[in-house]
Amino acid sequence: MTSINDPKPESFQLSQLMNDTRYRSYTFQFIALIVLFFLVGYLYLNLVENLRTAGLDISYEFLGEPAGYDINQRLVEYNSQSSHWRASVVGVLNTLLVAFVGCILATIFGVTAGVLRLSNNWIVAKLMAVYVEIFRNVPVLIWILIINAIFLIALPQPKAFKSRGGNPPEAEMLWDSFAFTGRGIYAPKPVFETGSWVVVAVFILSIIGVFAYRRYAKFALYNHGRDLPRGWPSIAILFVPAILAYFVMGSPIGLEYPQLKGFNFKGGIWARGSFVALTFALAIYTGAFIAENVRAGILAISKGQTEAAAALGIRPGRIMSLVILPQALRVIIPPMISNFLNLTKNSSLAIAVGYMDITGTLGGITLNQTGRAIEAILLLMAFYLAISLGISAIMNVYNNSIKLKER
Amino acid sequence: MSDQSIAFVRHETLPPSPPPASETGIVKWMRENLFSSVTNSILTLAALYTVYSILSGSMPWILGGIWQAPSLQACREILAGDSAGCFAVLTERWHQLIFGFKYPQEAYWRPTLAFVLLIVAVAPVLFANLPRRMLILTGLYPFIGFWLIWGGTIMAPLMGLVGFIVAYIVFQRLERSSFAMGVLGGLVAAIIVWTLGGYVSDAMSGFLALEQIPSRDMGGFMLNIILGTVCVSLSLPIGILLALGRQSNMPIIKIICVVFIEFIRGVPLITLLFVANVVLAYFLPPGTTFDLILRVIIMITMFSSAYIAEVIRGGLAALPRGQYEAGDSLGLDYAQSMRLIILPQALKISIPGIVNVAVGLFKDTTLVSVISMFDLVGMIRGPILASTEWNGVYWELFGFASLLFFIICYGISQYSQWLERQLATDHR
Repeated sequence: MTSINDPKPESFQLSQLMNDTRYRSYTFQFIALIVLFFLVGYLYLNLVENLRTAGLDISYEFLGEPAGYDINQRLVEYNSQSSHWRASVVGVLNTLLVAFVGCILATIFGVTAGVLRLSNNWIVAKLMAVYVEIFRNVPVLIWILIINAIFLIALPQPKAFKSRGGNPPEAEMLWDSFAFTGRGIYAPKPVFETGSWVVVAVFILSIIGVFAYRRYAKFALYNHGRDLPRGWPSIAILFVPAILAYFVMGSPIGLEYPQLKGFNFKGGIWARGSFVALTFALAIYTGAFIAENVRAGILAISKGQTEAAAALGIRPGRIMSLVILPQALRVIIPPMISNFLNLTKNSSLAIAVGYMDITGTLGGITLNQTGRAIEAILLLMAFYLAISLGISAIMNVYNNSIKLKER
Repeated sequence: MSDQSIAFVRHETLPPSPPPASETGIVKWMRENLFSSVTNSILTLAALYTVYSILSGSMPWILGGIWQAPSLQACREILAGDSAGCFAVLTERWHQLIFGFKYPQEAYWRPTLAFVLLIVAVAPVLFANLPRRMLILTGLYPFIGFWLIWGGTIMAPLMGLVGFIVAYIVFQRLERSSFAMGVLGGLVAAIIVWTLGGYVSDAMSGFLALEQIPSRDMGGFMLNIILGTVCVSLSLPIGILLALGRQSNMPIIKIICVVFIEFIRGVPLITLLFVANVVLAYFLPPGTTFDLILRVIIMITMFSSAYIAEVIRGGLAALPRGQYEAGDSLGLDYAQSMRLIILPQALKISIPGIVNVAVGLFKDTTLVSVISMFDLVGMIRGPILASTEWNGVYWELFGFASLLFFIICYGISQYSQWLERQLATDHR
């Protein structure tokens, strides 16, 4: 008679915490947690002690106090009596403006350079390679300073546009409407008078009309086999009604040209030199990176795809738009978005050219005036972090939506 | 039969005629690559015009430049109205641009020697066909470099080195029982040696001592190179640890790593430099004085280690699952399978990405000029452009700075592409 005894339940030994893989990860995590706790506690105690000796405290009340400094470029109402909070809002808007314009310009530069670098024209391809390598390999801060210096030194001051004593002026405006001066770029501003809403409404309707027409053309092609022209009717639908409405309403939209008054230009749109320099430098620097992404994306599509499309009898232009680009975009867009993010973060270099973005207001003058370094920098980081994480979240949703659906 | 009817028969072969001129040599190349269509021809002409206008504008300015003059005023007098570069600022302020304006003149040989040694020390890491024995110098370099640049007695870096050696020996002894024990033992041993070494080097402070140079005296391009090399080499091990932590299946460690990486990657480097400049001192024990360069090194290292961690995580994720399972099935524990199987492969695939991060970081070291440190850009914007002699020499100075950065960054990125071709062992 044999009987199998159940093995005695193991008693738990302390050494198992280290040697048994079932428990070891708990030990490590526990140690990590303790270390983290002590580290944070240590830093916190130091902070409290240091603040006490310096007679400071953590408070955000300074945000409500009047700022007392001027900001030269403001998109919302602001004067030196406004609060520090208001100054920060102005800074945030200035940051977002640079980031927005910069991203659009960078996309234009990058896509153009990336596509042209693959061109079969040898000299154009080499020229674009030179552009990409030069801009990628020199720090963006140096580019910002160089382009700012172009504005400061190379471009004429507004007073150079004045003719003095019968002499022709030293500098001339482009088409009498654009002035490139050391203080920035002056351009005509559209002025909307009564009745202009009709023109705007007609134009918006034409845009909708273009989409409707293209849908109809697709429908006609797929269901009835009629290949309607798409190019010129779209342009006609887009512009003809708007131009007709413009003249019917008696030219309600005018242009206000910048005029030289005294030593400066008045009227029109004035893009500040520091803004233009910063935006342009960031855009052309980031454009070089985007060009590489675009090139890599197009090269990632195997040649077989092009050949297969050609074998089906598709025209070269349509091969690009129907076969290559939809696949290449999947490769191009994620790194492109992270480049946009880099541009936004690099826009904090505005402080080097005196453009008042959030780093210049909250992290610059407000910080120096109030001495609230910890609070100001915490808010500054929170702002950038919010943008980054927000865009990353959108990115993840997008990446999941374009992922190759595989069974 | 008449002899007129005899057909003409050629007895010798015709010599081959040359191909038409439009199908050979430079003409064919130009026809195919420059003028293949109307659009292409227009593009070519436009590109040629661009190149011509850039060159015709800049070449006389560069070639006619003045290299010897005491000030911009004198330079303009020599030029007498001509438009040309005044490169005299580079020769005149050369030492300031390279070493900063406070580093003692008679000690310039030290950073120069350190830079030459740096190249020798890095070479065996970059090129696998150099003799492996050169790696000994690479291991010793951090201590030699520190001694040369900062000065002081040689005992301090020597004790640092001894600490590492003792730690390694202890680690090897204890590793047989457990990896974690080995690391812990090594750490304790190193701390003991360093504490004792501190007394020793204090006691022998005159032994083989170079003149001590405080780090706030460093400046110029030297500062960029110091920050770049120190931060990249420090951030590599930290980045590896962070990447492993983010990939691990222990939730708490994973969360700590994710929060750290995403936080650092979400904020601009400038804000971290502000932290180093004004905030970090609040978090240190009262009475400690960290100099600014050390605080900046801490923040830049944190910054770049987060980016390197993401690159390495990409490498870890790209490895096929089978590699991890192979390690498990051989009975290796976590530390062994990581060190012997996973990391060698993962690091190999992430080398190009790491090099990219390193180049980006090296370019970003110029940002320290914003917190009023005098690196190359800080020197140009501060002491040189503000001086009465050279007020207004923008293009020459910024052109020089761009050129320096371009040469180094382009060189590194070319190296990384070469390495990528060398490492491409999959035959496609």
